[in-house]
Amino acid sequence: MAMMSRIFASPAVRRSPALRSLLSGLWLGWQIETNWANPIVFITYFIARPVASLTILVVMYSVIAQDILGTPFFAYVYLGGALYLLAGQIVVGVSWVVIEDREHYRVAKQIYTAPVNSYAYLLGRGIARFAVSVLSVSITIPLGVLVFRLPVTWSAIDFPLLIVSTLLGLIAMAALGVIIGSYTYQITRQAFSVGDTLNGVFYLLTGAVFPIELLPEVLRPLGYLLPSTYWLELARRALIPQPVAFQAISSLNTETLLAILAGMAVVFAVLSVVVFIWSMRLAKERGVLDVETNY
Amino acid sequence: MTANYAIETYDLKRIYKIRGPKRKDDPAERVALGGVSLQVARGGLFGLLGPNGAGKTTLIKILSTLLLPSSGRALVDGLDVTKDVTEIRRRISMVSGGETSGFGLLTVEENLWMFARFYGLENADAKRRIDEMLEVVGIADRRRTKIADLSTGLRQKMNFIRGFISDPDIIFLDEPTLGLDVTAARDVREFVKRWLRQNPDRTILLTTHYMAEADELCDRLAIIDSGKLLVEDTPAGLKKRVQDEAMFVLKVAPLGKPVEGDRIEDVPGVQRLAVTDHDAHVELTMALTGEDALPGVLAHLSRRGAGLVSLEKREPTLEDVFIQLVGRRLTEAAGVEA
Ligand SMILES: Nc1ncnc2c1ncn2[C@@H]1O[C@H](COP(=O)(O)OP(=O)(O)O)[C@@H](O)[C@H]1O
Ligand SMILES: [Mg+2]
Repeated sequence: MAMMSRIFASPAVRRSPALRSLLSGLWLGWQIETNWANPIVFITYFIARPVASLTILVVMYSVIAQDILGTPFFAYVYLGGALYLLAGQIVVGVSWVVIEDREHYRVAKQIYTAPVNSYAYLLGRGIARFAVSVLSVSITIPLGVLVFRLPVTWSAIDFPLLIVSTLLGLIAMAALGVIIGSYTYQITRQAFSVGDTLNGVFYLLTGAVFPIELLPEVLRPLGYLLPSTYWLELARRALIPQPVAFQAISSLNTETLLAILAGMAVVFAVLSVVVFIWSMRLAKERGVLDVETNY
Repeated sequence: MTANYAIETYDLKRIYKIRGPKRKDDPAERVALGGVSLQVARGGLFGLLGPNGAGKTTLIKILSTLLLPSSGRALVDGLDVTKDVTEIRRRISMVSGGETSGFGLLTVEENLWMFARFYGLENADAKRRIDEMLEVVGIADRRRTKIADLSTGLRQKMNFIRGFISDPDIIFLDEPTLGLDVTAARDVREFVKRWLRQNPDRTILLTTHYMAEADELCDRLAIIDSGKLLVEDTPAGLKKRVQDEAMFVLKVAPLGKPVEGDRIEDVPGVQRLAVTDHDAHVELTMALTGEDALPGVLAHLSRRGAGLVSLEKREPTLEDVFIQLVGRRLTEAAGVEA
């Protein structure tokens, strides 16, 4: 709190609405997501739930194929499942923030009449969700190593690759999140189900727990359009340097994947700004910016 | 840039599209503002008085950049609401009454701090203003309380002072005392008056459907009904318009049956009549051309077998102005046939 006050007090931050809004969004998001006053909620959402779903995954694959623990394919599945939580949090998280602010906290009127850069504010809230999920992943991956013989060793992790790809992935996925969030402004009923639905669909399309090549041919291009597809693959390669049996987009080398992800970051970032501005205007035209449906 | 007016609108219209009308012949559109032209001078409190559904909130939303007009122009501090959104937001704030929302897990102080940051206030300024306002509205002892743990009344008070911490040039207050108990409502009105006394160059646009509130607070006010501005004047000026009439309130029990072709309105000298049904009696509020019309009214009442409970002459109120303009009462109450 004291440190945050000092950051907010700095002239650079005070003078830039975008920085102020980004940091306010980050701060607020962190307060909301961690809600330390109620550790049960935190433990349930960010530890118990991912651990449970990963365990189910492990059990399912063990039934299909014997002696799967410790194999590269198992690593592929486990890491995909664990890391997807991060991707989902930010890609779908911004939508959640739009709905939460408007319908649950009912603060849309207050925020959209204040000199807030709403793009930056939403981004901040989304990144806070991502950051909290990092805590979750830092529990599920060591757990995989200890309990399920996940072949990740600290010394073999390619940290530069992990950091660069995660930064690029974060930009691209956050921008995609804003695009989906922009759409959420326009829907007033059933808005709550959008996030969950998309989260599930993306999970299947992005090659999280099975290679994209196993998807029906018509669906594959959708998977290739998702930045999480490339980020997951890169993050897996960074965590387990030895080749994995079934690589999604396996024919591409790491440099190519990085280039694709960087390109996506640029394209999605530009697109998200355009879509967001357009969507804000449309929402004001339709009178839905501060709409509260009774759910 | 200094504009002449704090707020200007020119033939401002807003039409809502009704999504998925329930029945086939339900209208697909609703005209919320049917061409409003208004100039509000800088400094002081301007009121918009009108019944529910008159278009008050719609106008406030357009002026506070939440909603685009369908046509016409609106300027705030000389800036166009459709173009200069960011610049306008820096100079305004908006509070709507009945608003008990907020980030429940933040404390009162944290929530106000966050808004102070949104406006880029200096820490010292923000702290001073938050302390001061919490003190003035009497919730300083709750500053560390989470919003979720506040009563709705206190939450509304917190939202109310949120509108003032950025020290805005123009504040929009949309029915600020809605749902507050009598004491809290008085606190809010006192706060508004005090703030304007200390900051005479600031402008407040306040909407209300309580005529007493409008009368007490407004320097000038406009009456709005069905998306149209009807008049604009000072409260005293408005009341003067009905002063050449005599206002009487008669309580009768029972009202009795009207005789065919002999209605109260037809009694010579009766200008207007509003009838309100209370449990134990019926209240007739009438404007007469003069006191000499009263005997005719009493004669009519006895013809229909009404029992007179009380009779009172009173000073004209804004309500009378409203009735004269619109032909019905401002506050909804069960009307009965007279
Ligand atoms: N989002 C909306 N969609 C459709 N009609 C609306 C919407 N908001 C308001 N209205 C209608 O517009 C009219 C004016 O409403 P409003 O501005 O809220 O009036 P007031 O604040 O004076 O009570 C009313 O008839 C209301 O039903
Ligand atoms: Mg209203």
